[in-house]
Amino acid sequence: MNKIANDEQAYLRIEHLSKVYATRDGEVRALNEISFTQRRGEFISHVGPSGCGKSTLLMIAAGLLPPSIGTVLVGGRAVDRPRTDIGIVFQSPVLLDWRTALGNIMLQAEARQMNRKEAEMRARELLASVGLGGFEKRFPHELSGGMRQRVSICRALIHNPDHLLMDEPFGALDALTRDQLVLDLQALVNERHMTVLFITHSIAEAIFLSDRVIVMTPRPGCIDRIIDIKLPRPRTLAMRETPEFADYSRQILELFLARGVLREH
Amino acid sequence: MTEALDSPGFATPQVSAGAGNLEAGIRQRRRDRARRERIGAFIYPVGMMVALIAVWEAAARLFSIPPYLLPAPSEIVLSMDSNSAVLIKESVGTTFEILLGFALSVAVGVPLALAIYLWRPFARAVYPVLVSSQAVPKVAVAPLFLVWFGFGLLPKVLIAFLIAFFPVVINTAMGLASLEREKIYLAQSMGLGSVATFFKIQLPNALPSIFAGLKISITFAVVGAVVGEFVGGQGGLGYLLLIANGNMDTALLFAGIVALTLLGIVLFALIGLLERLVLPPHAVERASFAPETM
Repeated sequence: MNKIANDEQAYLRIEHLSKVYATRDGEVRALNEISFTQRRGEFISHVGPSGCGKSTLLMIAAGLLPPSIGTVLVGGRAVDRPRTDIGIVFQSPVLLDWRTALGNIMLQAEARQMNRKEAEMRARELLASVGLGGFEKRFPHELSGGMRQRVSICRALIHNPDHLLMDEPFGALDALTRDQLVLDLQALVNERHMTVLFITHSIAEAIFLSDRVIVMTPRPGCIDRIIDIKLPRPRTLAMRETPEFADYSRQILELFLARGVLREH
Repeated sequence: MTEALDSPGFATPQVSAGAGNLEAGIRQRRRDRARRERIGAFIYPVGMMVALIAVWEAAARLFSIPPYLLPAPSEIVLSMDSNSAVLIKESVGTTFEILLGFALSVAVGVPLALAIYLWRPFARAVYPVLVSSQAVPKVAVAPLFLVWFGFGLLPKVLIAFLIAFFPVVINTAMGLASLEREKIYLAQSMGLGSVATFFKIQLPNALPSIFAGLKISITFAVVGAVVGEFVGGQGGLGYLLLIANGNMDTALLFAGIVALTLLGIVLFALIGLLERLVLPPHAVERASFAPETM
């Protein structure tokens, strides 16, 4: 599909990437021969079954884990250390218990030695934009799971990162909260024209948010197919009921059925 | 807890008065319940203590137990009163030894734990030796310290240190190691340096565990100081206990025990207070032992 043709536009380029883990039962190949490129401003989701290595892929793209073979290029430069031009959101919020919601977001600003006043104003704006205005002084244990994840998203955005990396950020939340956060995320991303790499196991989430969905095979994770999502933006909840959406959804489901990820007895 | 809600006689005025009042009423009820809970947490154990002391007093009088075997609580109080000057003087000396031993435990224990955490070969060499050294009964080492360091302050402080430093090391090392990998990833993605990561994330993350260690350590330091005074004492509450014992002054013996207990409680409470000042409230609740949960 999208090979190494359109070089000028490529922001993130992953080439022939494989990752092998040594475990007690021998070596496990988590990722196999992954190659794809991401343009600036593009929203790419990786969807696949648990254990297909998609989280590992994100960690490698963030420079937090080294690939076994292959290269990760960002803006033409090979990644060989943790990237600091990113905002990262994990499956769990990873908040510091002893800092308030605002304090947790400000950690990012402190680490980057941003102007304190400006950063704090931005943090407040971000909190308000995800519906957490008035919760600045709350500690993580006083917030619900969804609220905590929102704080963690704000923390990933306060420094206006070039690249937002999200590892199943809504995986632990209930369906309604997920829908809201997906909408919040879309609004934030559209507003800033952000480049996002998004890992999920929810087909609907992937289609709803993405410009392209990369469907992964079960372990060892390879790219099964890359699907362009040509739904107009901004996307609405009602769009999920359209035939186009259903068609994308069916395409992915069929891939999963064909690979034995899903089974219809 | 539901009686107030269920019985129709109670809640009606607030309920009928409108939504705002309903919430105010519930808030009030919750506050009342919390207050009752707090009072209960105090009343029950104090009541138990009072009952035990009353039984003791009654038994001592009823069966006329000889005071050298078991003095009545009232006699202990009298002894405390008449010996108050001595008790206070010896308490000061013992407190000094305890605090020095404890301070030394922290001063040695925390850096040692840091080295164990940060420097892998050091950990591999030191950690097993440290853990197995705890099999040595430290009280048995006390006479040796006397030989080495004489009768002064030093051997008592060192024995207190020897007993008290281990929990500091273990809890600090455990606290440092308990950091989730994601937090380290997060710090790396922020470009946070290793020193800043340590002070902003790792150390605060370890503090509840460190304080748990300090609390154990301070009680151990009390034991250590008393053992030191037993073996080579020329003063202090431990020495007073020995003297009282030699004179068959069991009331004074008990008075000394009470003084030591109070001393231990006060020192423990001081660490607890420090913990409350340093940690946010919920972390303290989570870290401390909660006897209310049955």
